[in-house]
Amino acid sequence: MPFNILVLSCLTYVAFLFLVAFVAERRSGRGTLDFLRSPLIYTLSLSIYCTAWTFYGAVGYAARSGLEFVTIYLGPTLVFVGWWWVLRKLVRIGRQQRVTSIADLISARFGKSNTLGVIVTIIAVVSATPYIALQLQSVTLSFGVFASDSPDGWSLPDHASTGAWVAAGLALFTILFGTRNLDANEQHHGIVMAIAVEAVVKFAALVAVGVFVVWGLSDGPADISAKIAASPIADWDLQPGRWTGLIFLSAAAVICLPRMFQVMVVENADEQHLARASWAFPAYLFGMSLFILPIAVVGLERLPAGANPDMFLLTLPLSEGQGALAMLAFLGGFSSATSMVIVESIALATMLSNHVVMPVWLWLRPASAQRGDLRWIVLLARRLCIAAVLALGYAYYRMSGGSAALAAIGLIAFAGVAQVLPALLGGIFWRGATRTGAAAGLGVGFAIWAYTLFLPSFGPGAVISAEVFAQGPLGLGWLRPQALFGTTGMDPLIHAVFWSLVLNTAAFLIGSLLTFPDPVERMQGAAFVNAFDDEVQTGPLGWTRGQAEPEALLIMAQRILGDDAALSFFEAEAAAQGKQGYLPDPTPDFVAALERRLAGSVGAATAHAMISQLFGRATVTVEDLLAVANETAQIMEYSARLELQQDELSRSARQLREVNEKLTQLSVQKDSFLSQISHELRTPMTSIRAFSEIMTEADLQPAEVAAYGRIIHEEAIRLTRLLDDLLDLTVLENGSVQLNLEMANLGQMIDRALAASCHIRPERSFDIQRTAGSEEVFLKTDADRLVQVFINLLSNARKYCDARDPVLRIVARQKGGRVMVDFIDNGAGIPKESQAVIFEKFARLSDEARAGGAGLGLAICREVMANLGGTITYLPGQRGAAFRVTLPLRLEKREAAGAA
Amino acid sequence: MRRPGTPLFLAKSGYRRRRLHDAARLVPVFGVFLLFLPILWAPGETEARDTASDGIYLFGIWAGLIWAAAVLAPRLRQTTQSDPDLERDGRDRG
Amino acid sequence: MAERVLLIEDEPNIAEAIRFILGRNGCEVFVQTDGRDGLAAVARLQPDLVILDLMLPGMGGMEVLQNLRMDPATRNLPVMMLTAKGQGRDREAATRAGVSAFMTKPFANADMVSAVRALLGAS
Repeated sequence: MPFNILVLSCLTYVAFLFLVAFVAERRSGRGTLDFLRSPLIYTLSLSIYCTAWTFYGAVGYAARSGLEFVTIYLGPTLVFVGWWWVLRKLVRIGRQQRVTSIADLISARFGKSNTLGVIVTIIAVVSATPYIALQLQSVTLSFGVFASDSPDGWSLPDHASTGAWVAAGLALFTILFGTRNLDANEQHHGIVMAIAVEAVVKFAALVAVGVFVVWGLSDGPADISAKIAASPIADWDLQPGRWTGLIFLSAAAVICLPRMFQVMVVENADEQHLARASWAFPAYLFGMSLFILPIAVVGLERLPAGANPDMFLLTLPLSEGQGALAMLAFLGGFSSATSMVIVESIALATMLSNHVVMPVWLWLRPASAQRGDLRWIVLLARRLCIAAVLALGYAYYRMSGGSAALAAIGLIAFAGVAQVLPALLGGIFWRGATRTGAAAGLGVGFAIWAYTLFLPSFGPGAVISAEVFAQGPLGLGWLRPQALFGTTGMDPLIHAVFWSLVLNTAAFLIGSLLTFPDPVERMQGAAFVNAFDDEVQTGPLGWTRGQAEPEALLIMAQRILGDDAALSFFEAEAAAQGKQGYLPDPTPDFVAALERRLAGSVGAATAHAMISQLFGRATVTVEDLLAVANETAQIMEYSARLELQQDELSRSARQLREVNEKLTQLSVQKDSFLSQISHELRTPMTSIRAFSEIMTEADLQPAEVAAYGRIIHEEAIRLTRLLDDLLDLTVLENGSVQLNLEMANLGQMIDRALAASCHIRPERSFDIQRTAGSEEVFLKTDADRLVQVFINLLSNARKYCDARDPVLRIVARQKGGRVMVDFIDNGAGIPKESQAVIFEKFARLSDEARAGGAGLGLAICREVMANLGGTITYLPGQRGAAFRVTLPLRLEKREAAGAA
Repeated sequence: MRRPGTPLFLAKSGYRRRRLHDAARLVPVFGVFLLFLPILWAPGETEARDTASDGIYLFGIWAGLIWAAAVLAPRLRQTTQSDPDLERDGRDRG
Repeated sequence: MAERVLLIEDEPNIAEAIRFILGRNGCEVFVQTDGRDGLAAVARLQPDLVILDLMLPGMGGMEVLQNLRMDPATRNLPVMMLTAKGQGRDREAATRAGVSAFMTKPFANADMVSAVRALLGAS
């Protein structure tokens, strides 16, 4: 076949894939994803498990080892048939946690540890590099097949440049469709659609060659069965170790391979698709393997002994003159290689940029995180990573020389990624798994894998010297790379898988048991292990996944920012997008701006959680919730502090108000007191001044002079008494009065008071009733002061009792260390409304004004009693004026001071 | 309201659903057993195996597993999807 | 004919002093010690001048003044207010109520006489 036609058909095929991817992207952009998001596409995209290794290599594998090749497909079959165990949970967690790669999953499970992310990324890149090299090699080899067979005599330019062209072309295609946009879901509809088409092509190609072999070159299944029996692989060697080990290894790989994780979990559009894939994907594998053995047998039979069995798929049709079939087979192989490389490089680039490049960038340029627009940096990182991954693969291909058997490289890669399995399964099923345990397990597993399988794969003397192979490092025989701990006689691959995974798991379990997880880790662990606990809540509610409606965003923003502020913000954003009068599109820029704006109101974590909810990207992560709780706690603490301050403020305000009221009251009292004093002083002064003027200027009769002189004298005495009273009251009120405590007889004190008061209105004869016995009490008090009080009360009675036959009862009683003396007359008493004020200064009741006195008497009595540790009260309802004096039997100094 | 074939009582349907989940978990267990069975076949007699008959056995088991998964998958999908329906039906009847 | 002056004052000594001073200057002075009685005396005695103490038992001086000013017969009757408090507030209130003159206790006898003369001369 002419080289030009081969290249042309290749380019046409690529152009076709390009078109498919482009249309799919366009349709997903318009939101019409119904077809793209079907279980069929999902299942077909899973077929990237079948790489060029499967396509070409399986035939070679079968030709060498008989039925053992099916182990590579039986492992995934068991995993998918048993989807209810692991895959269901993985997909659920992947969606809940917005997982972007397997490294992200491990990192998220163990408390967002980027260290773990880096470890998993390194394992993935190291394992995948030979695998990518393998794909480049298979494409190059298949070119070579056509070249050598060419009747036109063209020869392949050289392997290296072909490989370079293929690598560059794949890098271009991947960058174009793999990093077209930075979707939060990391979903690539165009790529998925293209690999689904490629899945169909490779399946069709293999089945076509198979049908040609079975019915074209043979006489149906029975003939094939006979040919198998006659072929060199009729008696195959079932090695129990390899059989078990390979099934296990392929099962682990289908879960852990970065590209499988990408299509299975990250690109998953609907969890229900997994149910369909659980049987459809095994069926696809079944179909892919069905014709491998017949092709191998017929190839061995028909082709010359030296022919490479890995290329039977191409060489068999070519040797039979079926150019078109060979062309189809070539395209099938091309599809297998390209789809694997594309998805693998996207998955690796995502891990590299998220866990290595971006952290390093942000560490170098911390300021750029605040500026917010990291989008172009992330995209650039992704593109560079894709190019780097392919460059690595190409470099490995050049270095290794493309000689190793395809199957060997594939299994080495499987064993490498399988090191993630213990941490992965432990993480989603065991809450006790810790970050330290996972790191220990991954590290140990990776090291043993590298030492026993990866480095030896370069051959003795390449990396590990032949001496070490034979005697072990430093002559330690039990450390020989292919016979650890003296386990000689094991198949090298199984040996490596066994020891790496056993020690990996042991380190993981022991590390987890010995260490204690931090809070984020524990809550993430709970969220992962109990991923299905919220099924009831999230299932029926069903947040609309995918894009948030601008209306929903507006409603939320209005709730938080207020109607006007939210509307004007949205209008401004719409104008910035050139959409005057409409709501803005929920572009990443706009959403980021909105989140920042909301964060100003409710805190960053809350804003992020709310936006995430609306976008339905995933449920809010534990870290989000912790941050929200933290913010809430801070706000609560702040408001509690404010409340406390407010309480304090209002308390002191109330106190101030009270003090102010008291001061105002005092001021009013002082004014009225001064006014009263002024009045009380001016009244006698008026008489004194008037009469003294009269006496100096007029010729008066001696009788008049005597009368007026007596008035002046009277008024002067009145003035003196008033001043005495005022002074007395001031002293008493200040509490600076000096008390002379002594023992005194109550009856005698009353006698003294009666004697002193009898000069007041002597014309009235009072009937004084006393109970002699009860007055025989000795009090320890200031007798003079108490007598002063009694005199005052008796004088008042004499002055104001208006009864025709005035009677005054004096009743003394003793009760519990206190003495009560009541003075009760039979007059009209004091009107109810005045009773409250009689003890106030100048509370002279108007009707009694004529009786003289400044109205300080009762006020002085009250102060005296307070100083004596007692009280004086008015007793209402006694049909006359009734006062009760209460005082302690024995007054102590301290008590007196306290009462003052 | 009731779809034909839907169990009559809620409790019974819940029971069936749980057994269905058990079945889904058991399929790979049977698969492992049957696929590892060839290891035990007459190992002492001869190391070599008959590729054709072994192939037919393996592909037969393989097809059986696919068939079992295909039978279970739609029902499992139904149980995860139609929980609200079942509850609603239960209320309607109750 | 002597002018008739009604003095409403509860302090007997002050009333005696004013009675003496004005009597010596040709006035006939009637004394009442209660506000209510004083108001009744105004109608009975038809005085040419009322001298009114601010603080009175029965009815306060201010109330007596307001009653006098409400009655058309006594609306223009000269009234002199006496007070011992001497506060600006009382003076203002009395002025508003239509008092003719204001005198603070204690006073100089000559001031009292001239004030009374002025009030009687004006009427």
